Amino acid sequence: MALKKKFDVVVVGSGPGGLGAAIAAKKAGAEDVLIIERDKELGGILLQCIHNGFGTEMFKEDLPGPKYAQRFVGEALSLGIETLLDAMVLDITPLRHIYATSKWSGFIEIDARAVVLAMGARERTRSQIRTPGTRPAGVYTAGTAQRFVNIEGFMPGKRFVILGSGDIGMIMARRLTLEGAKIERVLEIMPFLTGVTRNYVQCLRDFDIPLQLRHTVNRILGNKRVEAIESVQVDEQMKPIPGTEEIIPADTLLLSVGLIPENELSKKAGVGLDPITGGPYVNEEMETTVPGIFSAGNVVHIYDLVDWVTEAGYIAGKGAAKFALSERKHGLDSVKLKVGVNIHHIIPHMLSKESLRDIPQKLQVRVIKPIEGKVWIEVTDGKNLLARKLERYVRPGEMVTIEIPQKAYDMVKNAETLTVNIVKFG
Amino acid sequence: MTKYLRSKTENKNFDVIIIGAGIVGSMIARFLSRYKLDILLIEKEADVCMGTTAANTAIIHAGYDPLPGTLKAEMNILGNRMWNTVAGELNIPFERRGDYVVAIGKKELPHLDELFQRGVKNGVPGMMLISGDEVRKREPDINPDVSGALWAETGGITDPFAANFAACENAVMNGVTLLLETAFEAFVIDGKRIVGIKTNKGTFGTRWIVNAAGLYSDDVMHKAGIRPEFKITPRKGEYYVFDSADISVNNVLFPVPTVISKGIMVTTTVHGNTIIGPNAESIQDKEDTSVTEEGLTEVWRGAVKLVPKLNLRYAISLFAGLRAEGNARCKNQNVNYSHDYVIEIPAEIQGLVNLGGIESPGLASSPAIAQRIVGLLKDAGEKLEEKSDWNPIRPARPRFRDLSKEEQKILIHNDPEYGRIVCRCENVTEGEIVAEIHSPIPARTYDAIKRRTWLGTGRCQGAFDTPRVVGILSRELGLPPEQISKKGPGSEFLVGKTKKV
Ligand SMILES: Cc1cc2nc3c(=O)[nH]c(=O)nc-3n(C[C@H](O)[C@H](O)[C@H](O)COP(=O)(O)OP(=O)(O)OC[C@H]3O[C@@H](n4cnc5c(N)ncnc54)[C@H](O)[C@@H]3O)c2cc1C
Ligand SMILES: Cc1cc2nc3c(=O)[nH]c(=O)nc-3n(C[C@H](O)[C@H](O)[C@H](O)COP(=O)(O)OP(=O)(O)OC[C@H]3O[C@@H](n4cnc5c(N)ncnc54)[C@H](O)[C@@H]3O)c2cc1C
Repeated sequence: MALKKKFDVVVVGSGPGGLGAAIAAKKAGAEDVLIIERDKELGGILLQCIHNGFGTEMFKEDLPGPKYAQRFVGEALSLGIETLLDAMVLDITPLRHIYATSKWSGFIEIDARAVVLAMGARERTRSQIRTPGTRPAGVYTAGTAQRFVNIEGFMPGKRFVILGSGDIGMIMARRLTLEGAKIERVLEIMPFLTGVTRNYVQCLRDFDIPLQLRHTVNRILGNKRVEAIESVQVDEQMKPIPGTEEIIPADTLLLSVGLIPENELSKKAGVGLDPITGGPYVNEEMETTVPGIFSAGNVVHIYDLVDWVTEAGYIAGKGAAKFALSERKHGLDSVKLKVGVNIHHIIPHMLSKESLRDIPQKLQVRVIKPIEGKVWIEVTDGKNLLARKLERYVRPGEMVTIEIPQKAYDMVKNAETLTVNIVKFG
Repeated sequence: MTKYLRSKTENKNFDVIIIGAGIVGSMIARFLSRYKLDILLIEKEADVCMGTTAANTAIIHAGYDPLPGTLKAEMNILGNRMWNTVAGELNIPFERRGDYVVAIGKKELPHLDELFQRGVKNGVPGMMLISGDEVRKREPDINPDVSGALWAETGGITDPFAANFAACENAVMNGVTLLLETAFEAFVIDGKRIVGIKTNKGTFGTRWIVNAAGLYSDDVMHKAGIRPEFKITPRKGEYYVFDSADISVNNVLFPVPTVISKGIMVTTTVHGNTIIGPNAESIQDKEDTSVTEEGLTEVWRGAVKLVPKLNLRYAISLFAGLRAEGNARCKNQNVNYSHDYVIEIPAEIQGLVNLGGIESPGLASSPAIAQRIVGLLKDAGEKLEEKSDWNPIRPARPRFRDLSKEEQKILIHNDPEYGRIVCRCENVTEGEIVAEIHSPIPARTYDAIKRRTWLGTGRCQGAFDTPRVVGILSRELGLPPEQISKKGPGSEFLVGKTKKV
């Protein structure tokens, strides 16, 4: 079947963000919806996450990644959404002309009335964290190791040191242990866990895998294959403390030191990027600074719960369909959101002045430092409190959300900026 | 291919054996392949270009830096002139975009004059002293305290991997036998004449041996009893590579040089990435190419002095290379210099073409060094009859990311494997990888593919492509995935299968 040359909505990437967007776009009335995915199957990174823990919010069930993905893949296909698999999007113009390539379909050009960027994230590498030492085989990002083990069925090593207490690393610690490997140590440079607490309990503590906070890799040793990892303790400025070095024999170093939104395509399309998140600036419809180009999921900022990625996909898909059907050519008049003390970033970056007319608006917030104790999350316009929510604690590894109710419509309409603050309880 | 090699080497006497397939050994092989000679090139590693040639700044120096009267200066100047032809014939990326030595603050200005004078003595054409304002105009991100620069229009940049592979491939196309994972161990000497060498793969007879062993050239010549006082001291230089999408310095910027090195530079590459480095630290271990906290810090300080707006956040790779610094005195008695190149046929023994201390600008000089070896052999009485079918042209293979969209379309139409992207950052296709695996010097490891195609060198550093490349290598070579390695035996990626697949 020959591929059409023009679509209402084209979604780049078929992870939970992309699937959610495609489904929502179709349901919102877009007729021709296409997903382009560079992998051979739909589902994104979920396909290699064979552990449980997906869908607790969306389905109140505890599903493995591929099962979670399957529900949306099934729905997308039954809705008649078209897919182009094993195809890589190379370039998108600001006017939404898309270039892609594939072994099966050749070089492809498509025009889209609206686009949803859902390319996910890539993992931070050894060079980005400036790890000294040799450059042998046996240094993998946790995600690459996860693919080797869960998709290809091969073990990338026997004795591991894991750098970073991110979720993927902790989940891989358990997975590799179950496969008979030895996890010598998980090292974390920060004084706190960077992944979610549940993963610490279920993946490290239950398997007696030692976690050392305020520690990092001082040096990688071994010329051909990793032979050992030298760890070191760090001070408040995260500088190594001389005399605390320790040689840990190991054949593999796994890096779980964070994800970076994958926005090379966004740049080509002229989309404005936030240096803090590494993702596009977005409004409440997940529309970027280029009208008609929307985005959803890890490409915008890094999520720890897949359910919220799906939700973001729904929002972006709906917005994209609306744009495609109306052909609005301009951006929306909006109010900026400002970060208060101890807040890393807020998504969306701005709310359009009319955003509260029909529905309340949920903000997604990441904090910089953990506060173990009750806190208020507050949204103000400088004079009035628009929303307030009590949390038992806040941690960098766990995103918090706060909803601005519709009754704040007038305040948003008249505001210059809105600020989100974290205030200690009492 | 392997079979061909075996039958060719069995009980065979060669005319020339070259030890080391870095840029120097490979250029020599390529230049000698023009003549009716049976040539064997041996390399101890699993691929060519695994030594110093794999980690340097990739500059084709104009020639104002080496001291006048040295062999280094002579080779640099002659080599620089040859690059247009060599790069054209071998289809190597080469841009003669000129280079700058940048003075920051008034104090550094006099050094530019000194370099200019040296350049004039060495015979460097097209040099000019330009003002701070002019430098700021040409490189807006330069340190605003720039006071002037030496501009040399003949400076250039290349891709050292491409140069090394292309030279070697052209040699192989023209009949040179290449044996990888073959290490020279000792000479077979008959009286005062070398008649062969012993390697880990057996003994080979020969009339001539060329010592192009880089960091190990001192060991090789000592085994022939030549220059017992000659010593290579590895001098490490560390680097950062930046994401081309985020940092773009458009020029080749040297600082004012120090006594021991040309200093920490900021330069663009033929792939568009900006690199910074190298520092210079003498070490003991000839295999120690590790990067260090101290070294990286030194490089960073030096680089931001030239271009303050660099941002560590966009660093995507770190590496280190080892200069093979020798201690040979300059032959010219009037020049007080003790790190000159050795390029000679020593009188003490017959059959040895001896090289040593080929540190920077060894890449730039390599064609001239090869040409000089041809001359030395002629002088030693070799007839050197030209082959009628010598082909100096090494055709380039397509590089998807360098093509226009129209060209990409045609390439994919002709071979659909070029439609599948395997490296997402550098857009390297399956077609390119497969072509390299079946090329005249087959790529059999991950790094071999990386260095030929530039795959895995982008911002994700192979996180995406590694499992895919392991799969492709396994399929094309007919080997189980557990046997696929990063850079040869002992560097395999995988240790076994999972419990249940
Ligand atoms: C390695 C890794 C492991 C993870 N493990 C867990 C876990 O165990 N548990 C958990 O809760 N969360 C995990 N996460 C977090 C997880 O990414 C998110 O919860 C969610 O899956 C993100 O969805 P997404 O749709 O934004 O991106 P993804 O699921 O990453 O989907 C993006 C898709 O876009 C495709 N794509 C990208 N660029 C192009 C292009 N140019 N052309 C065509 N297609 C393209 C990719 O192939 C991919 O399929 C993990 C993330 C990563 C990166
Ligand atoms: C930090 C740094 C920056 C530099 N910058 C530049 C620059 O910008 N421009 C420039 O022109 N030059 C530069 N150089 C110098 C340049 O890289 C070298 O001069 C050049 O690569 C030397 O090539 P080679 O073939 O002699 O050595 P190598 O590339 O090291 O090749 C020698 C080969 O011999 C093999 N070998 C050794 N022993 C044996 C044995 N026993 N048996 C078989 N094989 C053996 C090795 O494995 C190796 O492959 C730089 C060098 C460094 C370190």
